[in-house]
Amino acid sequence: MSASALNDIREEVLRISGANPKKCMSCGKCSASCPASFEMDILPHHFVKNIRDGNIENLLKSKTLWKCLSCFACVERCPRAVEPANLVEAVRLAVIRKKGENYLKVDDIPEFIELDNEIPQQLIVSAFRKYSK
Amino acid sequence: MEYLYYPGCTLKTKAKELDAYAVKSMKALGVDFKEFDDWQCCGAVYPQAKDEIAARLSSIRALDEARKEKRDLLTICSACFHVMKRVNFDIASDIDIRTKANNYLELDIQYAGESKVFHFLEMLRDDIGFDKLKNHVVNPLTGRKIGAYYGCLLLRPSDVMQFDDTENPTIIEDFIRAIGAEPIVYSYRNECCGSYSALKNKDLVQNLSRNIINSAIQKGAESLITACPLCRYGLMQNDDLPVYYFTELLAEALGVK
Repeated sequence: MSASALNDIREEVLRISGANPKKCMSCGKCSASCPASFEMDILPHHFVKNIRDGNIENLLKSKTLWKCLSCFACVERCPRAVEPANLVEAVRLAVIRKKGENYLKVDDIPEFIELDNEIPQQLIVSAFRKYSK
Repeated sequence: MEYLYYPGCTLKTKAKELDAYAVKSMKALGVDFKEFDDWQCCGAVYPQAKDEIAARLSSIRALDEARKEKRDLLTICSACFHVMKRVNFDIASDIDIRTKANNYLELDIQYAGESKVFHFLEMLRDDIGFDKLKNHVVNPLTGRKIGAYYGCLLLRPSDVMQFDDTENPTIIEDFIRAIGAEPIVYSYRNECCGSYSALKNKDLVQNLSRNIINSAIQKGAESLITACPLCRYGLMQNDDLPVYYFTELLAEALGVK
């Protein structure tokens, strides 16, 4: 991806997240609080740092996008009000808003239901909101 | 107080008991409520991005209906409560979201966050009062050791949710005491179970749920209660501890189950 396209994505991420990664002092409290950090390839405080420094390309391919649970533990506990979860969400949107990049597809659903009839509607709705546009 | 009760998607389908026991309990307690028949799903997760306007509209319609009815919006599901409360905060505090949402909705009067959103547990605590609730209990759940599972959605972010202390909440423990049971406090009660990722990453949900359940068992809990159908689904991925909706135990204690 070209440098200008990546910079556009960064600007968009900053705009729609409303977060300011420059406030981060890299204390790591977000990563320590994160219940899914053990599955992430880029920890929340590194994620914030990458956006601050303009390193966007690796974030677009990061496993972290699909591991963040939006539980807001990082948002709650950040001593500098950086809101890491909102930055992860904004990068995730930058990916799935592109045509053909949905992480969950409608056609996947019947098989899930067949395997487990107890799946609540809330799960299907929230998964679509998080993974598809 | 007068409430407009918003049930939401799962309370009318997979979590019918969460809804039915709440309605029976409200009748037993003499709560003045009216069910919102024409509700639309809140979307189950809060749209974090500031430019997601369409995802906020169904919540705003419910909030506006509450304003029209001159009632407070009452929710039971943790996710509905979370989404409604945060969208209401957005439309009151963010002029861009307020303008764009109102442009689209063409309401008779602009909606700017006038309604109040309550969770059923807040209604019990702040309107009825746990002391008074005790007086309505005809079948105290004496001897039952119950762990409160808060999860993430009721509590965070605290500046918007204003539900309880995020790190040391007490509202569900106070509820458990009011219905005559013994609350078991355990360290993972406000940790996320991760359940919205269950379709794509079931192992993660199983791991997180196991931590929560084990933490509760170690402290002596014999069951857990929750307000969230998705949390219940996630926690039930481990069979080690029964997980009930809090309204079921309330109805049992009130003798209307």
